[in-house]
Amino acid sequence: MTQLKAAMAGTVFTVNVAEGDQVEAGQVIIVLESMKMEIPVETEIAGKVSSINVQVGDFVNEEDVLAVIEA
Amino acid sequence: MTKRVEQTVYNEQLKKKIEEIVAGGHPKYHERLKEQNKLFVRDRLKLLFDDGKYLEDGRFANCEANDLPADGVVTAMGKVNGQTVCVMANDSTVKAGSWGSRTVEKIIRIQEVAEKNRVPMLYLVDSAGARITDQLEMFPNRRGAGKIFHNQVRLSGFIPQICLLFGPSAAGGAYIPAFCDIVIMVEGNASMYLGSPRMAEKVIGEKVTLEEMGGARMHCTVSGCGDVLARSEEEAISEARRYLEFFPANFTEKPSLKEPIARKVGRSLEEIIPENQNAPFDMYEAIDALIDEGSFFDIKKFFASELITGLARIEGQPVGIIANQPKVKGGVLFVDSADKAAKFINLCDAFSIPLLFLADVPGFMIGTKVERDGIIRHGAKLIMAMSSATVPKISVVVRKAYGAGLYAMAGPAFEPDVCIALPTAQIAVMGPEAAVNAVYSNKIEAIEDPKERIAFVQAKHKEYKEEIDIYKMASEMIVDEIISPSDLREVLAERFRFYSTKDLPLPPKKHPVYPV
Repeated sequence: MTQLKAAMAGTVFTVNVAEGDQVEAGQVIIVLESMKMEIPVETEIAGKVSSINVQVGDFVNEEDVLAVIEA
Repeated sequence: MTKRVEQTVYNEQLKKKIEEIVAGGHPKYHERLKEQNKLFVRDRLKLLFDDGKYLEDGRFANCEANDLPADGVVTAMGKVNGQTVCVMANDSTVKAGSWGSRTVEKIIRIQEVAEKNRVPMLYLVDSAGARITDQLEMFPNRRGAGKIFHNQVRLSGFIPQICLLFGPSAAGGAYIPAFCDIVIMVEGNASMYLGSPRMAEKVIGEKVTLEEMGGARMHCTVSGCGDVLARSEEEAISEARRYLEFFPANFTEKPSLKEPIARKVGRSLEEIIPENQNAPFDMYEAIDALIDEGSFFDIKKFFASELITGLARIEGQPVGIIANQPKVKGGVLFVDSADKAAKFINLCDAFSIPLLFLADVPGFMIGTKVERDGIIRHGAKLIMAMSSATVPKISVVVRKAYGAGLYAMAGPAFEPDVCIALPTAQIAVMGPEAAVNAVYSNKIEAIEDPKERIAFVQAKHKEYKEEIDIYKMASEMIVDEIISPSDLREVLAERFRFYSTKDLPLPPKKHPVYPV
């Protein structure tokens, strides 16, 4: 199980997968927007998206868990 | 005849003594080294030095004690890439590499040799720390362990100082890596900490593993105390040799040039850099398009990765590269990235390595988290280091340089030898979206018709973009030159050659008041 965390404070720009989806290692799961930049959040492992904890437009802080991937 | 026989006896005795010393500690400790995937200290030195050859001082230190060969440290001179260097290397088969009084004296003496001969000093560390039984003779006195750190500070910026960490570097000993220019750590074996996990549990009640407390990966990714994470001792040693190729023997000399090598075959900068200012790209790929293939030496690769710092060559000339990485945290500058850049710039400036800034930076991070971390204070370290560096400095605005990000990346006010913009570059206090919001937010909210509102915002974006148009910046002589990305490598090489005679003394004073 891997938790995908926000590397920095920002808002959720896009959520690219749904719960239950199969994802590849290196795939972009969520894109944050911060400092007017797009910040892609990639999964390091392949597996199934077991939960997505945020919606587009949410403010997230550094280290907040955005999604969980199960190998 | 008798005399010759006597000589043979003496020589035999000497040979035997030396054999005992170079064998190191008890065989059971050699076995333990093998279990830990560690090399014996003398095998490390053979790998480090050209042809495996070196000359030792203090080889017979504590030889009367019988069980303390060389008193647990080898101090030697030898050549690395043809350049003389001095080395101290702990022997962990002798009392776990602990420091007795002679160990400390040997280290101090080899530092003095390095100073007198103005050659780099390498510290091959694998030591449990102070030998408690010897504390009166090695800890508090004038030529005790404190003197080693005092010497390191004295030598800092005078000669290159490199630390290779093969095992523990505990308590006070952890300051050896701290005062070196670079720390190469072997994953799984290297560690540094002031208090061991055992001590932490006893004194503050914290239960952690050694790796969590001060392992190589932790220091190379979280604390920033480590610079290079090596997979093996062999790799650590070959990386140290590669690192030294970039440096002169001391601050009075210039780094040597090498034969130019073509850039790595790959996409052009035009293909790499996206048109959308906000979209990420990989700055490593852009660096590959500018430097001699295979020449990059990454420093702190896994720490504060939103900023890349590394040594490289452009047409054979050594340069220190400071580049924002838009792929990580949007390339925004944080507390750690500011510290990382400040130390790297100091290092390059100390040893006459020219600096290349590749800017694609939205600015310094904002928000309560970073303000509480003291981002202003940390940002000031970076700006002071960059501003006071007197080596040739070239600033390239690759895509955007907003706010204090422009200052941090050697913008025009900081006397770069040239500030070059690529045609897609944007320089501004902030980006168009943020600026229009900042100036017109009340007006935008007051427009009720959504279509009209969008039209107003778009018109203001257009106006703003014209205001910060790069040709306008060049017309006002804010940037010195605009060039096509495909010409950048050649232009940089030529300009660094032109600036190689730069000599810019700072106004006389003791030193600045560092914003640490």
